[in-house]
Amino acid sequence: MTIPFDVARIREDFPILRQTIRGKPLVYLDSGASAQKPRVVIDAMVNAMETQYANIHRGLHWMSERTTDAYEATRDAVAALMNASDRAEIIFTGNSTGAMNLVAHSYGRGVLKPGQAVVISAMEHHSNIVPWQMLRDSHGIELRVAPITDAGELDMAAFEALLQDGKVGLVSITHMSNVLGTVTPAERIVQIAHAHGAKVMFDGSQAIVHRRIDVQALGCDFYCWTGHKLYGPTGIGVLWGRRELLEEMPPFMGGGDMISSVTYEKSTWAQVPHKFEAGTPAILEGIGLKAAIDYVQSIGYDAMAAHEAALTDHAIARLSAIEGIRIYGRAQDRGGVISFTLDKAHAHDVATLLDRQGIAVRAGHHCAEPLMRRLGLDSTARASFGVYTTLEEIDVLADTLNRVREFFT
Amino acid sequence: MAEAFDDVRDLYQEVILDHGRHPRHAQRLEDFDSTAKGDNPMCGDRVQVWVKFSPDTTIAATGFEARGCAISVASADLMAETVQGRSKADTKAMFEAFREMARTGVCPACDAAMERLAPLSGVHEYPSRVKCATLPWHALIAALDGTKETSSE
Repeated sequence: MTIPFDVARIREDFPILRQTIRGKPLVYLDSGASAQKPRVVIDAMVNAMETQYANIHRGLHWMSERTTDAYEATRDAVAALMNASDRAEIIFTGNSTGAMNLVAHSYGRGVLKPGQAVVISAMEHHSNIVPWQMLRDSHGIELRVAPITDAGELDMAAFEALLQDGKVGLVSITHMSNVLGTVTPAERIVQIAHAHGAKVMFDGSQAIVHRRIDVQALGCDFYCWTGHKLYGPTGIGVLWGRRELLEEMPPFMGGGDMISSVTYEKSTWAQVPHKFEAGTPAILEGIGLKAAIDYVQSIGYDAMAAHEAALTDHAIARLSAIEGIRIYGRAQDRGGVISFTLDKAHAHDVATLLDRQGIAVRAGHHCAEPLMRRLGLDSTARASFGVYTTLEEIDVLADTLNRVREFFT
Repeated sequence: MAEAFDDVRDLYQEVILDHGRHPRHAQRLEDFDSTAKGDNPMCGDRVQVWVKFSPDTTIAATGFEARGCAISVASADLMAETVQGRSKADTKAMFEAFREMARTGVCPACDAAMERLAPLSGVHEYPSRVKCATLPWHALIAALDGTKETSSE
């Protein structure tokens, strides 16, 4: 398969890729943890600081108005990116974790009733486990876990069975596993959940990088992701929620910017989305995120997905040929995240040796300890790809892994 | 081909690879006086240490089970050899000296008995791996103190 866009050209957009690590070219295979930033994102943030920076939504001066416009333009860009029908449905958070905590606190305590249940899956990141445990313990919500198959796919029959008693108020499931690469069948999940009266939230932290997200087509109720995995800055994440649900939900955090009026007796809330955005937000990061979205749109999701599919196929073929390797997850629908172990070497030792060759992978439990336990593991190494990843880099990884294995044999 | 990894030989010295592959003390003691678990929540490494004391309260034997990297297994194994016959106070002093060595690469306080730990000094070049080397020691000290669980965090 030929790659439908010019990777060499794209790589020029990312200043960091010119780095050498210990004298070797950087082979960055950890985009699933956080992606590198293109020049346009860096420039957008620097330019805002150098020319127009001020606080937003409050200053009656030119600088504040300019910055407010730039920040709010990001909300429009996000709404367009996700095909939200209403820009007020876009809430900025610190990251996906912030978005999930917002829903767990606000929807969980404000709308769900004690005795109802929340369903997650057996392949969630800790950020989609712990907030629900906290809700369970403080609010009397039952937490149910939908199992996965040995191939690393959601067990749909078991999932549906968990909803049968009608107690489930919310399903919160990953749209793409950060460990197995599995893309979950979002439309079917929504159909099943809605048929049983449950709302659905997707953790799109990985999925947003790999495919076009259309929240209206998915039919879900909440969807969250984080900017830094989409080539944007850290410190800014997105929660999309259906407007009627957001209207019904109480604020999560109180403070400036989220109120309509305040007296010592009583405060009233601002309209959505501002009701959920207390305090000075990540202004510069918001401006950077718009540049990242524009950048991604300029490449196009179809081209990115084709590139990623080619990389993933090549990686699975090359890595599978390594003696003693195990690759975890064989989902039919999967993205460019590959977790593996070598029989002769622990994942941390693998990562250290790869690092010495300039290759950055992640090693550990990937903030998914229950999934690791399900797989019978303590840790894996993980290679994950971005728009700038090349087939040659995957070859370097495979060749080096062969040598790592020899080293520990 | 493996010689291309020459630059990691400071970390993965032959003695470490050997003890990592073939640890001598990697078993649960059937007859023990104290045990404790150590856990590195950031990376998922786990170790459990069992200790048997002599009548004079020095350490008669140490056994361990580790799920972790070559560094943590080798460190646990070399630790078990090093602390044999030592008093609790000696062992704690050794740990302090060892921890300093793992962080800085040098060990002015290390005595001759600690020489077999010297190959682990290479971890100081790898800040994210220092905890791999110290985790078994945290578990051992917890066992000596009668604490059930510890963490290298």
